[in-house]
Amino acid sequence: MRPFAYVSAPDVATAVRAIGTEPGAKFIGGGTNLVDLMREGVERPGTVIDITALPLTGVEELPGGGVRIGALVRNAHLAAHRLIRNRYPLLSQAILTGASAQLRNMATAGGNLLQRTRCPYFYDGAAACNKREPGSGCDAMDGFNRNHGVLGVSDSCIATHPSDMCVALAALDAIVEVESVRGVRRVPMAEFHRLPGDTPHLETTLAADELVTAVELPALPVAATSRYRKVRDRASYAFALVSVAAALEVDDGTVTAVRLALGGVAAKPWRAYEAERILLGAPATEESFRRAAAAELAPATGRPQNAFKIELARRTLVETLRQLLTEGSAA
Amino acid sequence: MTMTERPPRTAPAGPSVGRPIDRVDGPAKTTGAARYSAEYPYPDLTHAALTHATIARGRITGIDTAEADAVPGVLAVITHRNAPAMRPAPSFSMLDLSTFASGTSVNYLGTDEVHWNGQPMAVVVAETRDAALRAAALVRLSYEELPATVDFAGAEKDARPQKNSALQSGGATKGDAEAALAAAPVSVDLRFTTPPHHHNAIEPHSTTAAWDGDRLTVHDGTQNISWLRRHLALRFGVRAQNIRVIAPYVGGAFGGKTMVWAGTLLTVLAARVTGRPVRMMLTREGVYRTVGGRTPSTQRVALGAGRNGRLTALIHTSVTQVGRVGGGPEQVTSQSRHLYDVPNILLQQNLTELDALSNTVMRAPGESIGTFALETAVDELAGELGLDPIEFRMRNEPERNPIDGKRFAHRMLREAYALGAERFGWADRTPRPGSMRDGRWLVGMGVASAYHPSWQFAANVTVRLSADGRVLVRCGFHEMGMGGATAQAQIAADALGVPFEAVRVEYGDSTLPTGPGAGGSGQTASVAASLLTACDKLKGSVLALAGRSRESPLRGRRSSTLEARDGGLWTGPAGESYATILARAGRDSVEAAVGSDTRLGAMTGQLRFMSKFMLDRRRWVKAACGAQFCEVRVDPVTGEVRVSRWTGVFDVGTVINAKTAASQLRGGIVMGIGMALTEETLVDPRSGRIMNPGLAEYHVPVHADIPPLDVHYLDEPDPTMPLGLIGVGEVGITGAAAAIANAVHHATGRRVRDLPITLDKLL
Ligand SMILES: Cc1cc2nc3c(=O)[nH]c(=O)nc-3n(C[C@H](O)[C@H](O)[C@H](O)COP(=O)(O)OP(=O)(O)OC[C@H]3O[C@@H](n4cnc5c(N)ncnc54)[C@H](O)[C@@H]3O)c2cc1C
Ligand code: SF4
Repeated sequence: MRPFAYVSAPDVATAVRAIGTEPGAKFIGGGTNLVDLMREGVERPGTVIDITALPLTGVEELPGGGVRIGALVRNAHLAAHRLIRNRYPLLSQAILTGASAQLRNMATAGGNLLQRTRCPYFYDGAAACNKREPGSGCDAMDGFNRNHGVLGVSDSCIATHPSDMCVALAALDAIVEVESVRGVRRVPMAEFHRLPGDTPHLETTLAADELVTAVELPALPVAATSRYRKVRDRASYAFALVSVAAALEVDDGTVTAVRLALGGVAAKPWRAYEAERILLGAPATEESFRRAAAAELAPATGRPQNAFKIELARRTLVETLRQLLTEGSAA
Repeated sequence: MTMTERPPRTAPAGPSVGRPIDRVDGPAKTTGAARYSAEYPYPDLTHAALTHATIARGRITGIDTAEADAVPGVLAVITHRNAPAMRPAPSFSMLDLSTFASGTSVNYLGTDEVHWNGQPMAVVVAETRDAALRAAALVRLSYEELPATVDFAGAEKDARPQKNSALQSGGATKGDAEAALAAAPVSVDLRFTTPPHHHNAIEPHSTTAAWDGDRLTVHDGTQNISWLRRHLALRFGVRAQNIRVIAPYVGGAFGGKTMVWAGTLLTVLAARVTGRPVRMMLTREGVYRTVGGRTPSTQRVALGAGRNGRLTALIHTSVTQVGRVGGGPEQVTSQSRHLYDVPNILLQQNLTELDALSNTVMRAPGESIGTFALETAVDELAGELGLDPIEFRMRNEPERNPIDGKRFAHRMLREAYALGAERFGWADRTPRPGSMRDGRWLVGMGVASAYHPSWQFAANVTVRLSADGRVLVRCGFHEMGMGGATAQAQIAADALGVPFEAVRVEYGDSTLPTGPGAGGSGQTASVAASLLTACDKLKGSVLALAGRSRESPLRGRRSSTLEARDGGLWTGPAGESYATILARAGRDSVEAAVGSDTRLGAMTGQLRFMSKFMLDRRRWVKAACGAQFCEVRVDPVTGEVRVSRWTGVFDVGTVINAKTAASQLRGGIVMGIGMALTEETLVDPRSGRIMNPGLAEYHVPVHADIPPLDVHYLDEPDPTMPLGLIGVGEVGITGAAAAIANAVHHATGRRVRDLPITLDKLL
């Protein structure tokens, strides 16, 4: 690992001032992603600003029924929190399917949002990767891409965003609060991550000097009946091949509210707007679920190794909705 | 340093063999007191790291070490430009089995040639490991690339039949299998593929090396101390006696620490260059890039049978890979010589050469992947015949070895199936695929046979009995976590009639009498054979001592009538304790030895071993076998497969320690579950580069993937083996993948013949 300077920020003002003045500085939360990438030489910050002492560790109820999550709340704590378990079961479930208990104890909400892809060529300095080295090419295109994206991909990058937590946040219409010396911004989850286009190295709309301070969940009654379903290669400790975050409200056989997002399929947590549009007001039947899933996946494009994800995503969407309908939130 | 643990528990009186005694090395390991190869402190210690090639074949045209040299703390950047010459790797000779230890034939840092993607091309030595790793990443290499063959699938067509050797035979024929297949009323002719695998021992390969003039001390988690010592002596041009290898603790190995790989050699070289002790702990990626793994394979299994369910034809052929710089054939068709009574058999193993790192042995090399193909094909043919797969196997269970009519030393496969079926509840299985469900899950049950030949190697052992009743067993064998020291203490305790607690076992050091390698599931039997002989000699000496005195009730007794118990020798009620005999004779201790480590002694030992081996092979077929039963659940929507139940019943002869033996068998099954469902080393077919060199992306099973494993053994001694014991280390992995594939078929009606069985293959 290259040598770097280390500073610990006692408060938000110091943190954002430091990131603005130290060239090539990076915040470090749990370090579970950043340190790995530094070891591989993919990330090379000159200064690492430790933000774990910032007073951003609360999970608080907001007036009106929403919840505010400090950026430094550990994933394990968040998943176990009563407010989250009761009001947003899909978020709790999503976090618990991620990584391992040890990693969840370290990982922070802010770090989870900003974790980077697991594409093997991104990690390997010997490979061509437009994300790591813009313009160098993409070895995944015709290489190992079984776990790559099928939606929103581009000719320069087909990597996925690996987070489980973020898929739930996308379904919940979370707001990411960010702060810099210029002030505070509130970024809707849907606008936080970017699709690759021809700039796959730009993964979010966060400016280099901005700190994530909190994630806010709006009050959302439909979330009380919600599920997260992760499909993966082993029972635990594997990234999603496909995942579905879903919340469903049915009144008299008709869908009255629905939230859907897909993981493992795109460079961002994929909010399934098209499927939601089709379902809202439609009869809550398997037939509707199928129609919605088919429409959402219609623009998907796969490669020989990962084309199975398209069918897998369709099926998992339908099945998750079916289970919500028949069994409710229990995972 | 050698082992000095005391047993953790007071054991009840009575025989030790067979009891589930806790491992004597357990407390040291669980408390962290155990010292592994990268944990030995040396004053002045330095640290090394490797720079790997990023092309598969070519030459180095430029090396820029300026940036690396500039890293604070860097002591040396060693490349082919400045490295002292190492002697070439020896080629294999039957007269000296240590020649088998060359991981590759490459003269590391003695050449600008690149032979595989990942070959170490530079070693950096620095004051800290961090500095070494950082500088190693800053060594800039430029290459002239040459065309390389790196894609196994593409190179399959160039495969050539493997030559037969005395240790391994590649092919065999009996009758005319192709004609019998063509004539068979019911047949299958199937193609299977298995991917490369890696061992993934918890402890990455680590070496600490210190030179003192021409004397060398090496801490290295090896599975074969004596091979390593001889290999280093050859490569560095010093006498083997001047080298001490210390390896009391090996943090898992599974075959990956049998050969001598680049990391070990280059640590020793770096210590020579810098004149200071050097430690190198490979990164996990470094292990993947410099230590071989299991070869990929393609296999054809064709079976023909009459409508009566009797097999008439068996064809099993394989293609596996070797590197141009080393590696060897895997006995993929081995089990197919022994498992079924078939009049017409054709077996053939073929090899294809790649510009890749050598393949190497990994738990049950050959039989692990060979049983997958054979036992899946057998299940398929049973289905074609409409027969229960166990019934089909029993109809074809041979009385004698099918290929050549030799006798089985021991064979209880029928009993294993009978007991397994009962424990598992096989009778509850409804035969039609897709017919069993539990809620939304599709349920399937599958079986397969396990088979692994048993091996025995030469072992030198000494046993010392002290006047205070304590026993010291000394043998340079290996403890990778399987419980070897505990088992040998149990054996010695019973042989000498002393409590288990009175026995101490020293191992893991080249200053001890030369032990066998830990491989081929043969270590326990090999050491036991010599240990039992040594104990007999020892009792003979004690008897002779007793006989010198008129007072001894043992005077005039012949050793054949004696019984060793209660800390002494007895004939019926007459006898006396070792303490009494030794005290009267004025002796502190009595010692007995088997084998000798002099040059002549070693040669004689080797020859004795080879002739016994050959003789045994001519007379018997010896093996462990078993019946694997598993139940899987398959998600009908996503194709996810989860193993939900397991029963394995094994015929492994006498069980020395019920606890450690069961753990070995379970460990094998766990690895078999990984092989079936998740494990695959991804080698990029364009570059020959391993793209998942780490535990996050190479999926070994996690706890949640493993159900309780019901493991049972028949515990009947094999009359041709010492104490009747057959090794247990490898048989557990064999048959496991086939049992799962067969269960998946039973659950879904889908046959997956390409491992691993990932969900995309079931959608
Ligand atoms: C082996 C392994 C398996 C895993 N499996 C899964 C899985 O199955 N599912 C899953 O979802 N995740 C998985 N993860 C990823 C894990 O969830 C992330 O590593 C973790 O959430 C990152 O959080 P962190 O606090 O450690 O981030 P860090 O490593 O500290 O930081 C990550 C990035 O975020 C930036 N950052 C951190 N905090 C802030 C902030 N407040 N404001 C601005 N920038 C910030 C850092 O600068 C850095 O670029 C796995 C990780 C590993 C190592
Ligand atoms: S898919 Fe994206 S991250 Fe992977 S190699 Fe291509 S550009 Fe890099």
